[in-house]
Amino acid sequence: MTRLIHLFLVFSLLSVLAVGGGTAVLPEMQHMTVHTFHWLTDAQFRNIYSLGQVAPGPNMLMVLVIGYQLAGWAGMVVVGIGFFLPDCIITLLVNRWWVHLGGWPWRTSIQRGLAPVAIGLMTSGTYAIARLSIVDVQSLAIAVTVFAILLWRHVNPGVLVLVGGAVYLLTKM
Amino acid sequence: MSFGGGAVAYLREYLVREEGWLDDEGFLGAMEISETLPGLNAVNMAIIMGDNLRGIAGAVVSVIGMLLPGSIVVMILGILWQSNHSNPDVKYFLLGIAAAAVGLLSAVTLQIGRRQFRQLPDIAIIFVTFFAVSFLKLPLVVVLLTLGPISVWLYRPHVSEPRAEDEHLPFHRGERHHWFRH
Repeated sequence: MTRLIHLFLVFSLLSVLAVGGGTAVLPEMQHMTVHTFHWLTDAQFRNIYSLGQVAPGPNMLMVLVIGYQLAGWAGMVVVGIGFFLPDCIITLLVNRWWVHLGGWPWRTSIQRGLAPVAIGLMTSGTYAIARLSIVDVQSLAIAVTVFAILLWRHVNPGVLVLVGGAVYLLTKM
Repeated sequence: MSFGGGAVAYLREYLVREEGWLDDEGFLGAMEISETLPGLNAVNMAIIMGDNLRGIAGAVVSVIGMLLPGSIVVMILGILWQSNHSNPDVKYFLLGIAAAAVGLLSAVTLQIGRRQFRQLPDIAIIFVTFFAVSFLKLPLVVVLLTLGPISVWLYRPHVSEPRAEDEHLPFHRGERHHWFRH
């Protein structure tokens, strides 16, 4: 029971802090689940993150697997509610309120000011996954190749990550 | 317009191009709110579009539609992974996926921040935020409560700055909210 309460509190906190989306809270999520609560190892965190990459829909649905891994189906439900419900309520309220802020000059300031912070956090999220997954020349080559392909043209990201996984597996055979 | 898993790009494709439920300006207005608020972009978009088209019931249905298929798939994968996690092939495959995801996340971050990465004050804020989280290891709540207000203050109203043109504002589209059904 204590673990379910902790899971709920951690993931609802991450939910309201997710300025810049899911990638932005990855370092904090890793820190809390691996270092603060010792629920997962770095490798488990990385593997669960990878599962989210190959599922359709938002990649951060991988938090459901974290909940399941730690506390079974109840853990999955608690983490799902904790991670998604607070944001949904905030967004619904602000959506109805936003239109009344049309003439409020600070609205633009908030948007402009939060944008670079959000991008800084996304950079940190990318760095956190890089620290966990760039372990040799082959993994580095896969990351660089995917980056170059996406700069060059739009390719379905789901296909790219699957090919990345297959190529890395082949290099280890 | 490829964000994360590309869900937002698909939303635009269906809602604007195929169904014609809203126009591009309406879509950008929703993007503007989604990106400023905490939470996953795709989920926030689903809430806003559902709410604008059909009220709270619409928002609930949209979110469920956005999350349910992926939830089922990710849980199937999670259960399969749990029973095979010691298999080295599975380990290498997942590591390769994470490495590929680093390339993907880098491209997405660069694309979303394409305007900010070109402006000096924004580059400074990006760097300080990155340094505070990744190297100083400051708690996210501390970073947001200090750098957030500082950054908003730098862009406070009535500051005359030479770059303050609409085309430099990634999330700002002026007062184009008349499409909202309120």
